[in-house]
Amino acid sequence: MHDLAPICALGGADPAIDTLAGVTLAEFPDLALASVSARQGSEEACRAQLKDLLNSAAPKPGRAVLNDPEAAFWIGPDQWMVSAPYASHADLTGQLKSRFQDTASITEQTDGWVCFDLRGDRVDEVIRLCANIDIDQMQTGDAVRSVVHYMGVYILRLDPANALRIFGPRSSAKSLHHALMTAMGAAL
Amino acid sequence: MSQKNRLDGGLIDRSEAFSFRFDNQYYKGHKGDTLASALLANDVRLMGRSFKYHRPRGVMTAGSEEPNAMVELRDGARKEPNTRATTAELFDGLRAESQNRWPSLAFDAMEVNDLLSSFFAAGFYYKTFMWPAAFWEKIYEPIIRRAAGLGSLSTQDDPDGYDKGFLHCDLLIIGGGPAGLAAALTAGESGARVIFADEDFLIGGRLNLESDAIGGMSGAAWAAEMVARLEAMPNVRVMPRTTVMGAFDHGVYGAVERVSDHLKVPQDGKPRQILWRITSKRAILCAGATERPIVFENNDRPGIMQASAIRAYANRWAVTPAQQVAIFTNNDDGHRTASDLMAKGVEVVSVIDTRADAPASSDYDVIAGGVIDQTWGRLGLTQIEVKMPKGGIRRIKCGALGVSGGWNPNVHLTCHQRGRPVWNDTIAAFVPGGTMPMGMTVAGAANGVFSTHGALTSGADAAKGVLSDLGLTAKTPPLPEAEDAPARITPFWHVKTAKRAWVDQQNDVTAKDIKLAHQENFRSVEHLKRYTTLGMATDQGKTSNIAGLAIMAEVAGKSIPEVGTTMFRPPYTPTAMGVFAGRAWGTETRPTRLTPSHRWAEEQGAVFTEAGLWLRAQWFPKPGETHWRESCDREVLQTRKSVGICDVTSLGKIDVQGADAAAFLNMVYCNGFAKLPVGKVRYGLMLREDGIVMDDGTAARLAEDHFVVTTTTGNAVGVYRHMEFVRQCLCPDMDVQLISTTEAWAQFAVAGPNSRALLRKIVDDGFDLSNAAFPFMACAEVTICGGLRARLFRISFSGELAYEIAVPTRYGDALIRRLMDAGKEFDVAPYGLEALNVMRIEKGHATANELNGTTTALNLGMGRMVSKKKDSIGSVLSERPGLNEDDALKLVGLKPVDPENPVPAGAHLMTKGTKVTAANDQGYVTSACYSPNLGHHIALGFLKAGDARLGEVIRLVSPLTGVNHDVEVVSAHFLDPEGERLRA
Repeated sequence: MHDLAPICALGGADPAIDTLAGVTLAEFPDLALASVSARQGSEEACRAQLKDLLNSAAPKPGRAVLNDPEAAFWIGPDQWMVSAPYASHADLTGQLKSRFQDTASITEQTDGWVCFDLRGDRVDEVIRLCANIDIDQMQTGDAVRSVVHYMGVYILRLDPANALRIFGPRSSAKSLHHALMTAMGAAL
Repeated sequence: MSQKNRLDGGLIDRSEAFSFRFDNQYYKGHKGDTLASALLANDVRLMGRSFKYHRPRGVMTAGSEEPNAMVELRDGARKEPNTRATTAELFDGLRAESQNRWPSLAFDAMEVNDLLSSFFAAGFYYKTFMWPAAFWEKIYEPIIRRAAGLGSLSTQDDPDGYDKGFLHCDLLIIGGGPAGLAAALTAGESGARVIFADEDFLIGGRLNLESDAIGGMSGAAWAAEMVARLEAMPNVRVMPRTTVMGAFDHGVYGAVERVSDHLKVPQDGKPRQILWRITSKRAILCAGATERPIVFENNDRPGIMQASAIRAYANRWAVTPAQQVAIFTNNDDGHRTASDLMAKGVEVVSVIDTRADAPASSDYDVIAGGVIDQTWGRLGLTQIEVKMPKGGIRRIKCGALGVSGGWNPNVHLTCHQRGRPVWNDTIAAFVPGGTMPMGMTVAGAANGVFSTHGALTSGADAAKGVLSDLGLTAKTPPLPEAEDAPARITPFWHVKTAKRAWVDQQNDVTAKDIKLAHQENFRSVEHLKRYTTLGMATDQGKTSNIAGLAIMAEVAGKSIPEVGTTMFRPPYTPTAMGVFAGRAWGTETRPTRLTPSHRWAEEQGAVFTEAGLWLRAQWFPKPGETHWRESCDREVLQTRKSVGICDVTSLGKIDVQGADAAAFLNMVYCNGFAKLPVGKVRYGLMLREDGIVMDDGTAARLAEDHFVVTTTTGNAVGVYRHMEFVRQCLCPDMDVQLISTTEAWAQFAVAGPNSRALLRKIVDDGFDLSNAAFPFMACAEVTICGGLRARLFRISFSGELAYEIAVPTRYGDALIRRLMDAGKEFDVAPYGLEALNVMRIEKGHATANELNGTTTALNLGMGRMVSKKKDSIGSVLSERPGLNEDDALKLVGLKPVDPENPVPAGAHLMTKGTKVTAANDQGYVTSACYSPNLGHHIALGFLKAGDARLGEVIRLVSPLTGVNHDVEVVSAHFLDPEGERLRA
């Protein structure tokens, strides 16, 4: 077992958690991520593997499958992002490579992203000041690609629906956190 | 001071008294007042000075179309010039100053301009200040700018925040008058998602300004009841204080919500304003109409106002501008003002109606067929002179004159996508027509329907039409009974005998100016606007354009629609620059990207620089080092002597996988990759289609079907986009998958003769780092520090024995600390971008300075890398003769003949003995530095046929910076040209 200590995207040993007017913005580092891209000619086989993994058909454009422990959302044609708890899936990429074999290209994405969970009854008001998405129409299991303050993000509606998961570029975690906190201050 | 002009009634809250200051004088007002209504209540009619002639001016309107009553609102850093007193909501402690006057509003020295008006006619700038030309910039323009103008800026940072937001709806309703309310009720009760926006803080439009009953109650009470109903609907978002200021493509509208403008200071964390981007399926414009003035002699004195504005002030704000009021009208609406004022107890001294068949009244005096001939009162109206229909002049004392020239529908948003309105003879005004923004319909007065009943009906009908389009079933709420008077008007634009009659009060444009423009052949309406400035500035001619068009039509012998309108453009009303920036200002103007070692580097006191969005350490100053060169030189020497570490995470990393991954790289790189063995790295050069170099980097083959490509920091996104384009559009049959992994891995360069020894301390046992087992350009997946997975590359940008080691980003901070700790025995040094740059110049490695978008592989001395054995992007066009001439630029090294001289980047190279001219230019310097290893300055540059001129002494010149000395052309590889160090 190695002896290097990880840090969170915002730089702390522990995730940052901020609460304002009943809405909590929490950094969520306990998540392993890997992209799954179907190999040409193996699209159906890849989907079959995903279905087996998720206990559900591969998510369609704009959608996520919020399964436990593995979840996934659509990120491009025949391309998905799979997530799982980091504690149990630190080598998610290796696990998926073993499962998918030559049906898909698997790329580690765990530390490419900072993950924020935004929870509270008024999260929609915060998002209206952040991203050009029709948040009122967003249902649990929807996953959209958008932009927050010039940063590309994925936003997922979780279950229960008063929780949103936001993936942004890890190197810009502070800027994204600032944007979300500013929006919380303005909206709540 | 008492509010001597305050009347009974109104919609103000008399239980809340506010104190405010205007030009060092304190006054009282009430909640619900605007600054204008409160000033009028306190008998203040003089509120500003005109733009050019500094004539005394008062408030003319009661809305956002106001041309005159502009003030500097608030003070200190929050001072906001050119704010309309008619829309500034009164709050306790409000501060306002009049503007464009000196030393005071009542006595303005610049009023002398008015006496010199004959010199300042339309286009006087272009005629008067022609000679001498050199005087324009230094003398004329500064004088003109000081004399003319609007308010002044605080020149301090705005302390308040602004924001942007995004809303989506089925139906956007713009305007909260009777048409908008009827549309919102119909759509809201039918289940549509509705956004209902109005620029006023009290929604209701003219229902709040009129005395007519609606459904058995006052218009204001009915409006309030309906707004309350709408606010209770979960599918309706009611947005007061929100101006929809632009109609854009695909049903997108821009709207500014003034969240905190009515407060002295915004609440903590709350923005001053929000710019909403509203995406709508449909929109109904219910923007109402604007009453237009009639042009007559000295029609700009304080107290001369829109008749409808005087009525509005009396009904809504319980204020009259004076105790004796006269009315000048060409339509029935002027008479409504007279009746309402009478009902409020204000003395109406006369109604002068230009129509010979004007309706008579038993309540007030009517002069049918009369016109205003002259007005009097220097700082405020005291008397008017009426030319009687049967001849003669009648003088009437009054403090205010309400003018009604008819109503213009507010068509602006219908024209924001180059649509043009059409003329309607019945109301003598332009109405919406032609091509309108997609999904927009118009209702109420904005569509030329002026009665309250008509507005209610047309609003409801417009909503029904929208609901039908959207597939929703319309539920029609019952509409109340309301007045349905016809609009009776006989157009009358201006009194032709007038000499100084103001068409555009904001820009001091007179009827005479318009005639002059026509006389001087500025006959297009767009030319008229620019020559005279008619319709420019903050009010955009909302009250003036139509009279200008009418006068232009008259002198041109055309009809008004033949003259046409100028182009309408967003924003509809003045919009603060801050709200366009939103929260993107200061250090948050754009996002920042931080490297994994950023926090550690901060602790070391690193100085950072921007590289794209990244912040990278530039150098790490040690105690006692006072100049960046000292730090940089030390870092270079320490690295070349022992070992140095640099965070190189910011270089782009693209994961390339698939059965055809090697074939794909063969296509995007000009050199070959098909035969690169697994476990090896190769330098690659990427060309644009035109044969110019796009980027360089490395590709490491981790498996037969798996590569990791690196790019330069600045080009990471561009290269990824290019590769996606190639994958999707040029090579769709290839089995290849791409994804960025730049941020997923923290990567550090470990360079110097002791780099291997240092890495041996952290790479786990069992992995052989010897030169034989892991030679130059090898790569492998390893574990470090007892089991952490890592990627190791033996590549070198510095020219030293060097490695790059990558770990999952969350461990980057721990790794840099571990490397520094383990490197203590080797006197390890962290190095920044400056040292990195020095070392790569010493080695002759190209970077963005050399890959500058104009250079080819041949220029870079890498012409042979462009493989002829395969097809790759850019390879064919790189063979164009023009790119391959004998004297093509070649990368060379340059060193000064006199070692004390620098070789600055940007300087040009000239053959000795030739004149310094562009024609004799031989090349230029791209990168330069002081080499602490060589003890003098060195540089890289491009020189014509440079590879054949090694040893030549050549002139280095920079006429801009005074550089002119000799340099020697040498190999670009200043250090270790055989590469023995990096292969050690």
